[in-house]
Amino acid sequence: MHSGRRKALQGAGGLAVMGLMAAAGLLRPTAARAEWNKEAFTTKSFADAVKAMGGSQPTESHDILINSPDIAENGAVVPFTISSKVPNTQSIALLVEKNPNILAADFEIPQGTEPWINTRVKMGQTSRVIALVKAGDKYYYNAKEVKVTLGGCGG
Amino acid sequence: MADPMKIRARMEGDLVEVKVLMAHEMETGLRKDSSGKLVPAWFIQNVTATCNGKTVLAAEWGPAVSKNPFLSFRFRGGKPGDKVAISWVDNHGDKRTDEATIS
Repeated sequence: MHSGRRKALQGAGGLAVMGLMAAAGLLRPTAARAEWNKEAFTTKSFADAVKAMGGSQPTESHDILINSPDIAENGAVVPFTISSKVPNTQSIALLVEKNPNILAADFEIPQGTEPWINTRVKMGQTSRVIALVKAGDKYYYNAKEVKVTLGGCGG
Repeated sequence: MADPMKIRARMEGDLVEVKVLMAHEMETGLRKDSSGKLVPAWFIQNVTATCNGKTVLAAEWGPAVSKNPFLSFRFRGGKPGDKVAISWVDNHGDKRTDEATIS
C-alpha cells in the first residue's frame, strides 16, 4: 500500500516538487526571503522601499561606491557598477528615485561572492540613484545624481 | 522558449568573473504600442547563479532592468573547468537555465 502511494507521488509530483521548492525559495541560501518581493517592487519612495525590504532608517555610507556615467544619453540602458566596502555586505539593491517604481533590482550576495555588481537599468528621467546595502541587520546607502537626456520609459 | 544566454566565466586572480547577457524583452507594462494600447509587463523576476551546487548570486529584478539584461559579478571558490549555471524566471513563469565552463 505504502509503496503504491509513494510511486504515485513520485510519478506525478517529481517535477512539481522541484517547482514548488523553487517557488518557496528553498533552493536559495536564505529561505526566509520571499520569491519575489512584490511589495518592494511597487513602492514609490525610498523610505517605503526600505521598509518593504525589511529595513528602517538606513545610514549614509561612503563605503558604497556607485560607478556610472554622470550624464546618460540613453535612459533605456544606463550602466551601473555598485561595490560595497561595508563589512559583511549581504545584499545590494539599486533604486532609481524618479522611476515609476523606485526599486530596480536587489542582489543577494552570499559569502564568497564579492560585493560588486555590474548591470544596466532603465531611467525615465534625470534622477537620484541610490545603492542600498544590507549588512547584518543594518542598512546603508549612498546616492548619486544621474542626468538623462533621453528617457527610457517613454511610449 | 527564450533564446539562450551568453555566459562568460573567467578567472581573475583567485576570483571568477562572470558576465551574462540574457535575451529578454523586459517590458515595463507602462509602455504603449502604436495603437495606444498598453503593452503588458513581461520581465525577469528572479536570477540565480550557482557553481558546484553552491548559490553564488541570487537576484530579484523589477521591470526597470534594461532590455536584454547584462549582469556581471565576481565570486571566490571556483576553478578552471568548473561550471557556472545561471537561471532566470520571468513573471509569466517562463524560465531558462544555461551553463558556462570557467576558463
